[in-house]
Amino acid sequence: MMSSPLTSREAGLVSCATCGLLSRPASPDEAGFCPRCGYKLSRRRHNTIQYTWALIIAAAICYIPANVLPVMTRVTLVYTKEDTIIDGIVALYADGSWPLALIVLIASIIIPMAKLVALAYLLTIVRFRAPGKNLDRARLYRLIDFVGRWSMLDVFVVTLAVALVQLQPFLLAKPGPGVLFFAAVVVLTMLAAKTFDPRLIWDSDIEKEDLHVRKS
Amino acid sequence: MESTAEHLLSENLIACPDCDLLQRLPPLPTGGKVRCNRCRRILAVDKIHTIERTLALTVAALILFAVANLEPLIKLSTHGRETNTTVFGSVLEMWARGYEITAVLVGFCSIIAPAVYIAFMLIINFTALHPPAPWWVGILLHWADRQQTWAMLEVMMLGLLISLIKLSDIATMTPGIGMYAMGALIAILAAMKVSFDSEIVWRRLQWIIDIDPPGKPGRKDAATETDA
Repeated sequence: MMSSPLTSREAGLVSCATCGLLSRPASPDEAGFCPRCGYKLSRRRHNTIQYTWALIIAAAICYIPANVLPVMTRVTLVYTKEDTIIDGIVALYADGSWPLALIVLIASIIIPMAKLVALAYLLTIVRFRAPGKNLDRARLYRLIDFVGRWSMLDVFVVTLAVALVQLQPFLLAKPGPGVLFFAAVVVLTMLAAKTFDPRLIWDSDIEKEDLHVRKS
Repeated sequence: MESTAEHLLSENLIACPDCDLLQRLPPLPTGGKVRCNRCRRILAVDKIHTIERTLALTVAALILFAVANLEPLIKLSTHGRETNTTVFGSVLEMWARGYEITAVLVGFCSIIAPAVYIAFMLIINFTALHPPAPWWVGILLHWADRQQTWAMLEVMMLGLLISLIKLSDIATMTPGIGMYAMGALIAILAAMKVSFDSEIVWRRLQWIIDIDPPGKPGRKDAATETDA
């Protein structure tokens, strides 16, 4: 291996985000198009910091109604009960299926929250060039990018329960407004993870300086 | 005249997609894999007969997908009443209740995204059997890759399990043929992801710079390679 690490950016090359081909950019300002797959080339994802912040702020706002509003309403002959996500987890636990309660707790409450915190942390260290273990940060990013889709679990639970429980007048399940906000949190955090450019974690100060200048 | 890009490719030089470190890929032993020297991301995995295997798995996935979506997933009965449902039926139910956005999202993640993935993989691997594959296969590959994270059949299956446990005390449930097909489909899709190597397909692709794609003005900008 090379003794001093050299990135494609430092070498004056650009790596295609679509097909991975290394090529020489058309000009220093405009990278041009990939000669193999024809997609637009860029050294780093376009406006990655601003877009990621915008998406996680939107997700954080939706996180509140997602947890406060009911996601499902159960209507029986004797009662009508509105369940939030937490109520659903408590009900699963009370039924004696604590492993499933734990899975839903992790997928619905912990993962979305952890993604928001982790992405905000990564954006902050990239912005303020905080020293630290970049390898751990890279692993953190890969982890949140990988687990994000499992948060969709509760959206599927509600949809399938609503479709299955159509036994009027004995029992009826209706979706609640919380499910829409919850789905929004999942989609927004997944998009935020895809928008963040992990290469910024490794970029040296000079390169980041360059990036900030180029944006203005 | 050889372009810079072709030269770098023949030298096996690549930049890590996660940290941009330039490195040369060593020759891979059978079944071996290479990680990035700096951020430990997997850069390449040696896969045997990747295109033929993936193509065979994709054909199996296509058949299972049809069965999983046409046959009922689950039958639920209580007080002498019966309901059964398919994935599409659940989406329609959600739509009927006024949750159109959620219905579309669920429909996309559990029907459209897997369908598009299977269809694109079928075309990609079929055309890649006899290189060079036409340039537009690159577009399919790009989209198959981008929407892959949104195909969430395994998440849906776990969701189904949880909603069944929630209902277990109020009704009797019988799994349908769709349920078994869905389980098999999830396994096949996972196997497709393991056996598929997009780098091999990219290498078999006809370069966009070498052709004059119709309806793609501006793409000729790619022809800015000047080095010998």
